[in-house]
Amino acid sequence: MQDPIKVIEVKESVFSNNDREAEALRQRMHDAGTMMINLMSSPGAGKTTLLSATTRALADEMNIAIMEADVDSDVDAHTVQEAGAKAIQLHTGGMCHLDAAMTEQGLAQLGFEGQDLVVIENVGNLICPAEFDTGAGKKVMILSVPEGDDKPLKYPLMFEVSDLVLISKIDTLSYFDFDKQKLERNVRLRNPNARIIYLSAKTGEGMDEWLDWLREAVREWKA
Amino acid sequence: MHELGVVFAAMDTLDDIAKENELTRISSVTMRLGEVSGILEDYFADCWHWAQKKNDLLRDSELKIERVDAVTVCNDCGRTYPTVEYGRVCPYCGSDQTYLLRGNEVEIKEIEGC
Repeated sequence: MQDPIKVIEVKESVFSNNDREAEALRQRMHDAGTMMINLMSSPGAGKTTLLSATTRALADEMNIAIMEADVDSDVDAHTVQEAGAKAIQLHTGGMCHLDAAMTEQGLAQLGFEGQDLVVIENVGNLICPAEFDTGAGKKVMILSVPEGDDKPLKYPLMFEVSDLVLISKIDTLSYFDFDKQKLERNVRLRNPNARIIYLSAKTGEGMDEWLDWLREAVREWKA
Repeated sequence: MHELGVVFAAMDTLDDIAKENELTRISSVTMRLGEVSGILEDYFADCWHWAQKKNDLLRDSELKIERVDAVTVCNDCGRTYPTVEYGRVCPYCGSDQTYLLRGNEVEIKEIEGC
């Protein structure tokens, strides 16, 4: 006799499995005293440039490791390695984001013991990375000036989930119709608690504020 | 491409639910997809049908999709309105202090299996 068909009311988000894995990973990293940051942006917003500059600035203060996630290639890992970071390149095999399981595999390869800070450079994309919790302690996104001040309206979830919004390439402000007030208003509508920092990794403007934010995040995580 | 990642996440969750409930075969899955969830139903279904062929648990299952219309509520006047038609600004009082009441669901509502 065939088993009777059971009807099961699930009412669960499709992301709940990933969310559970992410929470467990976050707890493990907390116990190990390693702060993990999930850095997200569109392609070309300046993630790698910012990470290289950040690594150079903090090299004497803390151990930093970087996980580069890309669909293919390892150019980013080479770039940040040259700046002095411990780095590995993860290939997502065509996937447009990292999830908690992929992050965990990457961390196992990287070995995060003894690291103060691990930064995930997520796949360049403003949509999927916002949906998948990687287990990071903080989420940071970069929006570059040339992309425009309207992006919080177009990619609401990315701005909703981010603890910090970095506005990069601020040295190009005079060339673009980018209105800081409009940007701040648009971010606030999506996320009243997000911190906003304007910076340029090229000129160094705003870098101190970002580095202080990072130092504080690491200090709090270990406390 | 975006939908494929979501399909994989859904199948991952379904694997766990099947284990918890001691199911070896799922004959139908009902999904609730919000109008502004960023998921295109047709793409989602195409990805699903491709991926289910590689999954013993779901190989023969039927996918049912329920669409959830998006509704926004205005913080200032308290009224609700259809999100897709009017966007972020309340059509009654012109306020932009509004938030999404429903419509971003990507949810497994119900499954049938044995």
